[in-house]
Amino acid sequence: MNTLANNTDFLLSIENLTVSFDGFKAVNDLNLYVDENEIHVIIGPNGAGKTTVLDLICGRTKATDGSVKFRNRELTSMKEHEIVREGVGRKFQNPSIYEDLTVFENLEISFPRGRNVFGALTFKRDEEVVSRVREIAEMVFLDTLLDMQAALLSHGQKQWLEIGMLLIQDPELLMLDEPVAGMSVSERKQTAKLLNEITKGRSVLVVEHDMKFVEDIAHRVTVLHQGKILSEGSMAKVQADPKVIDVYLGH
Amino acid sequence: MTNGKSFLSRQDLLALAVLAALLFIVLPVSVDIFRLNLVGKYLTYAFVAIGLVLCWGMGGILSLGQGVFFGLGGYCMAMFLKLEASTPEATKIQSTPGIPDFMDWNQLTELPWFWEPFKSFGFTLAAILILPAIFAFIVGAAMFKRRVGGVYFAIITQAIAAILTILIIGQQGYTGGVNGITDLRTLMGWDIRTDSAKYVLYFLNGGLLMAVLVLCLFVLKSKLGRLLVALRDKEDRVRFSGYDVANFKIFVFCFAAVLSAIGGAMFTLQVGFMSPSFVGIVPSIEMVIYCAVGGRLSIFGAVYGTLLVNWAKTTFSETFPELWLFGLGALFIAVVLVFPNGLAGVYRAQVAPRVKKWLHTRKSGPDAPVQDPQAAE
Amino acid sequence: MFADYTWSELGSIFAMQGFAGLILFSVFVLMALGLAIIFGQMGVINMAHGEFMILGAYVTYLCSHIVENYVPSLFGVYFFGAMILAFFASAALGALVEWALIRHLYKRPLDTLLATWGLSLMLQQAYRSIFGAREVGVTLPDWLLGSVALTDTIEVPINGLFVMALTLVIAVAVYFLMFRSRMGMQTRAVVQNRVMAGAVGINTERVDRKTFALGCGIAGIAGSAFTMIGSTGPTAGQLYIVDTFLIVVFGGAASLLGTIASSFAISQAQSTMEFFLSGSMAKVLTLLTVVGILMLRPEGLFSLKIRR
Repeated sequence: MNTLANNTDFLLSIENLTVSFDGFKAVNDLNLYVDENEIHVIIGPNGAGKTTVLDLICGRTKATDGSVKFRNRELTSMKEHEIVREGVGRKFQNPSIYEDLTVFENLEISFPRGRNVFGALTFKRDEEVVSRVREIAEMVFLDTLLDMQAALLSHGQKQWLEIGMLLIQDPELLMLDEPVAGMSVSERKQTAKLLNEITKGRSVLVVEHDMKFVEDIAHRVTVLHQGKILSEGSMAKVQADPKVIDVYLGH
Repeated sequence: MTNGKSFLSRQDLLALAVLAALLFIVLPVSVDIFRLNLVGKYLTYAFVAIGLVLCWGMGGILSLGQGVFFGLGGYCMAMFLKLEASTPEATKIQSTPGIPDFMDWNQLTELPWFWEPFKSFGFTLAAILILPAIFAFIVGAAMFKRRVGGVYFAIITQAIAAILTILIIGQQGYTGGVNGITDLRTLMGWDIRTDSAKYVLYFLNGGLLMAVLVLCLFVLKSKLGRLLVALRDKEDRVRFSGYDVANFKIFVFCFAAVLSAIGGAMFTLQVGFMSPSFVGIVPSIEMVIYCAVGGRLSIFGAVYGTLLVNWAKTTFSETFPELWLFGLGALFIAVVLVFPNGLAGVYRAQVAPRVKKWLHTRKSGPDAPVQDPQAAE
Repeated sequence: MFADYTWSELGSIFAMQGFAGLILFSVFVLMALGLAIIFGQMGVINMAHGEFMILGAYVTYLCSHIVENYVPSLFGVYFFGAMILAFFASAALGALVEWALIRHLYKRPLDTLLATWGLSLMLQQAYRSIFGAREVGVTLPDWLLGSVALTDTIEVPINGLFVMALTLVIAVAVYFLMFRSRMGMQTRAVVQNRVMAGAVGINTERVDRKTFALGCGIAGIAGSAFTMIGSTGPTAGQLYIVDTFLIVVFGGAASLLGTIASSFAISQAQSTMEFFLSGSMAKVLTLLTVVGILMLRPEGLFSLKIRR
């Protein structure tokens, strides 16, 4: 873990990552690594910089300093869509779907083909697309709602749809920002099952508040506090860490 | 709705047929050539309004400078026609024969270099399509690559319309100034001022409009059309689905610009002149209202909206010139506050379900009762 | 193009044009200040801003007429009263418009733009119906006429000086109101987080209305000042609206200092060039430069890097 060599065996390696907004360091000299096939959860109190870390990885926010390497390729100099095409998918905190389109069309747009202007004009809805959309829709429990307008879905279904829109791109790294926020207990259970299923063959980086859910899914947990890593390891280990207890309960 | 065989649905075909019947049969037999020519003039604005449906309604990009592209197309055509009208024989009373009259009045003694290529009709046609596309590409690339959109884009495009107008008016030796390029006579020797020519041009204009509508339906029914709606709704999500969002915005802005230019060129042909009063801020924003009245999400609505507003404008400004600006102003406000989906919204809510039902009954069997009375309501 | 002038002539030309530029600058600042509040702070596009200005100009014109004919003894100072009236007239209309129109459209900025354009058309026609299509001018009291000779070749008109002084006073007042007073704080709170501002007990609707009215009122004062250096017609407002929006955007929409700096840059560039080029080309070049810079630097001259 303490290797500072340029190339690593990790799928994602974040080194010395810093971003400051007018002098305020939202993320400060952060080092974080994600293994292949790992569900890695970032937790931490509000304002710890969790969402900012995801923003930095996917290019939404530009880093002030440091590097983000995905399969040893530098992401910080890439544009958002290029990072996506490298194999990094990102789900937003609030379900971000196209409300005016149907579930089918939402998934179809996310299908990784015809991504330039000409490709989009000549895109054909062929057998491959239809079967892939159905397959993904089944995974995210929406296979009976394909023709429904996305705006009419429940909150939890919208979250699943967005996860499905990422899965159809088959990313190697999936980043989820609070995937179970606003979900009912049964929806949470289904989502945990879904995450455990989709992690076969890919890594997942999750930001989450719900400790019960984190316990259910996490292989490894990183606790972030004021832009820095407070503790890292298994859920049991970080829960026993006095520094973590202090931050969460001490105030 | 998931069959990808033809991009034209039954509703689209019906809409095309109804419009074609109106433009090619009903209007030509019911109004005289003067009024028909007027309709033709309105229809040239419809090209702009259709472009705005794609750009603004679908893509969420409001351009307040569409008059610029309308003007580019119109001026290209006008330059060609003006050169044809300014033969040395026709202009022999000028101190420099063979150049357009307004240049002579402004003491120009030779044709400016940028007028030269417009002696060729091929070049002119190419320029009408390519010039606005290039210009829109430059503006669009500069703005959209830097993620400028919304009101900033609207203000910048409006400023461009203002700049171009001031430039045209100021450089009257090169552009004809505030009067524009007037006194156009023939197209390749064919007198465009005769009634028969006006009929031909009207039908040509209508035909082009139908072709443009079909082309737009193709674009809208392609994945690009759905992407436009998607990026109006959640731009970030589209970006994080691996699309370079700016390219799609640039495309649709250029596409709308070319449509406007076609409208402008047809305007010049039918009306016989082009002037800066179709380029500036006021006409540009008025064209937005045509689109808004028709329904910003419907290309057919845009055509009817254009016809309706212009018909109202002509009627009111002839009889109650005082009231017209009040009416137009109120229309802007009403269309925003009360009918954000315009005529097309009313159609969709009131008429479309019945038409659908009617189409359905027709489909299920020729003997099924036709519910014409209801559909006609 | 400088060859025909001697150095001292050139110096005088630049000084005089510079001064003409300063008057233009003052008008721009007065127009733009109101817009900077409405657009920069509230994020509302008000295309009828020019018509609010013209309302102020017509109010001043009416006052000048009434005072001249009925109470000539007060003619020397009528202008101050007219200006206050202009402020309240425009502010009242602004509050009405906010209530009837703008408040329904806070989430749809592009639609606000169209609706306020419609409003501007209606106001223009109203002015034309009431005051006639011809341009009208006010009679200035004697002490505002004439000019001060600084050197043999440089003269500055008094009304210009007065407008500049007025601009300075109003700019300072707006600064204190927006950035040093409770009202300004509330406005900015509402703009940045409407829900939260409401939750901490700010009446967001009232703040919106007051802010919009204030911006319109300042436009009214601008119109009042405008009458001292030019005449007023029903469509005069529309002539300035594009320039004013460009100024506010160019300065960086949320920065009052930026608004003033960009007013200065644009007015000076335009008036200096005007002497050597035709007026229209000067304007084309100025606007083209501004648009060009905005394409390269869309956030404007002054802007903050914010966490999103």
